[in-house]
Amino acid sequence: MTPRQAARARLTTFRVVVLVLVGLFFLVPLLSMLDFSTRNFTGTGRTGAAWALLVTDPLLRGSIITSLVLAVLTVVLMLVLLVPTMIWVRLRVPWVARPLEFFCLLPLTVPPLVLVVGLKNVVLWLNFLFGDTPYVLTFLYVVLVLPYAYRALDAGLSAIDVPTLAEAARSLGAGWATVITRVVVPNIRTALLSASFISIALVLGEFTFASLLNYNTLQVVINLQSKANAQESVAASLASILFAAVLLIILSVVSGGRRGRAVASAAPLPTGTAPAAAPAGTAGS
Amino acid sequence: MARRSGVRLRPALGVLPFGVYLLIFLIVPTVTVLIGAFAENGRPSAANLAALADGSVATALLNSVAVSAVTALIGGVVGALAAYAVVTGRPDGVLRRLVTSVCGVLAQFGGVTLAFAFIATLGISGVVSTWLDAHLGTSLTSSVWLFGLKGLVLVYSYFQIPLMVIVFLPALDGIRPQWREAAANLGATGWQYWRYVGLPLLAPAFLGALLLLFANAFAAYATAAALVSQGSPIIPLWIRTALTSEVVLGRQNFAYALALEMIVVVAAVMIGYTLLVRRTARWIR
Repeated sequence: MTPRQAARARLTTFRVVVLVLVGLFFLVPLLSMLDFSTRNFTGTGRTGAAWALLVTDPLLRGSIITSLVLAVLTVVLMLVLLVPTMIWVRLRVPWVARPLEFFCLLPLTVPPLVLVVGLKNVVLWLNFLFGDTPYVLTFLYVVLVLPYAYRALDAGLSAIDVPTLAEAARSLGAGWATVITRVVVPNIRTALLSASFISIALVLGEFTFASLLNYNTLQVVINLQSKANAQESVAASLASILFAAVLLIILSVVSGGRRGRAVASAAPLPTGTAPAAAPAGTAGS
Repeated sequence: MARRSGVRLRPALGVLPFGVYLLIFLIVPTVTVLIGAFAENGRPSAANLAALADGSVATALLNSVAVSAVTALIGGVVGALAAYAVVTGRPDGVLRRLVTSVCGVLAQFGGVTLAFAFIATLGISGVVSTWLDAHLGTSLTSSVWLFGLKGLVLVYSYFQIPLMVIVFLPALDGIRPQWREAAANLGATGWQYWRYVGLPLLAPAFLGALLLLFANAFAAYATAAALVSQGSPIIPLWIRTALTSEVVLGRQNFAYALALEMIVVVAAVMIGYTLLVRRTARWIR
C-alpha cells in the first residue's frame, strides 16, 4: 500500500467511525421513544394505547387543534405583514432595507424568554381586545418566526429581478396591488412555501410563550400530561417531531432543488450568515 | 421643499403597518425590560440589579455559563468532526444532502419533545437506562442525574451538534484542496498542513461557531423547563420562577433584571460572533 492509499484508508475509517457514532447518538433517543411509547408496562408485548390517546384524550386533542390553528393563523399574519412590506421596500423605499433586515433578525438576539417578560403588558391589552383565548399568541409567534421567514422570503426575492418585473407590469397599466399580488408573488412561490413551512414547524414546537402565559398548546399539554402518563407524552412528542421533520425535509428538498437550478447566479454567502443564523436561537426555545 | 419631501416620504408609508407591528411586539417589550430592570414600584431603583448578585442567582448564572460553555465545546468539537467527515465525501453526494437535511431538522428539535426523548432513553424507566442496569450493572434507573446540570449538558448536545454541522460546513467548504496539494508539494506532512495552514484558517470560523452555540444554549428554555421541574439551577429557570410567582426576593421587577442579564450576555456573545464571521468572510469566497 502506498502512503497515499494508506492516508485514504485512514480517512475512510475516520469518516465511518465518526458518522456511525454521531448517528447512533441521534438515532437511539428516537428509537427509544418509539419503544417506550409502545411498551406494555403491565403485561407483555406491544400496545398502541399511548398513541390512541393522541385522538381520544380530549385535553391532548384540543391542544393539537389549538396548535394547528395557531400555526395557520401565524402563517397568514406573517405573510400578510411581511410579503407586501418586503416587496414594497425593494421597489419604492430601498433605504429602509437595512433597518428592516436589522429588526427582522433582532429576535435571534433577543431570546423569546426575554420577550415574554417584556410582553406581559401587551398581552393584557390583547386579552382586553380579543378575550382570553390562546389565539392571541398569533401576534407573538409572528415575532418568533420573523428571522426565518425573512431569510426565506429575502432569498426568494433576491433570485428574481423585482424592479424590472414591476416596471414591465406598470408600463402595461398594472397598479401597485396588481404588481405585488399577480406579478411578484407568483414568482416567489417556493420562498413563500419555505417561509410557511418553517413557521408551522416553529409554532408547533413552541413552548416558552405558551407555558409562561398559561395557554394549553400542544407542547404545554405534553409537558402537563407527563406527570399522569409519561407514555402519552412520549408518543405525542415523537408524533410532533415526525410531523415537523416531514415538513422540514420537504422544505429542504424543495429549496435544494431550486438552488440546484440557480447555482450559477446564487452568490456564495459568507460563513454563518445564511445557514448559521437560521436555526440559531430556536433550538430549545 | 415641503412638497418634495412629502413625495419622497409617501412611499415610506407602505412600511407603516409592519413598522407599527414591530413597535408593539418587538421594540416595546425589549424596551420594557431595559427600563423595568432599573425600576421598582414605579421608581428608579438599582435594587433588582443588585439582587442579581444574590447567592443562588449568581450561582445560577455561573451554572448557565458553565452548561452553555461545555455544550458549545462538545457540540463544537463533535460537530466539526462530523462536518469534516461529511465534507470529505462527494460535494453533491447523497450523504451530504442527507446530513444537511437531518441536521436542519435536529437543530430545530429542541424544547419539550427533546426532554421527553431523553426521559424515554435514560430516565427512571428509560429504554437504554433499563438495559444498561440489567446488563452492565449501572444504577441509572435509580439516579436523577438526567434532571440536573449533567443531564442538561447531554440533552443540549443533541441540538448543539447538528447546529455546529450546519454552521461549520461552509467554512470547511472554503478550504481548497489545492492548498493541501501546495503544502504537500512544498514537503509538508499532514500534521504540518493542519498545524500551519488548515487550523489557523478555520480558527475564526470555529470560534465564531462556538459563540453562536454558547448563545443558543444560554437562551434555551423549554428543554430545561421540561427536564428540571424543581429548583432553578440556571438563569432561564430563574426567569420562570420570577414570572410565575409574582414576587421573588420581595421584588416585583426581578424578572426584568434577569431578562436584562440574559440580553447582555447573549448580545455580547452575538457581537463577538458577528465580528468573527466578518473576519472569516474575508477569505471564504
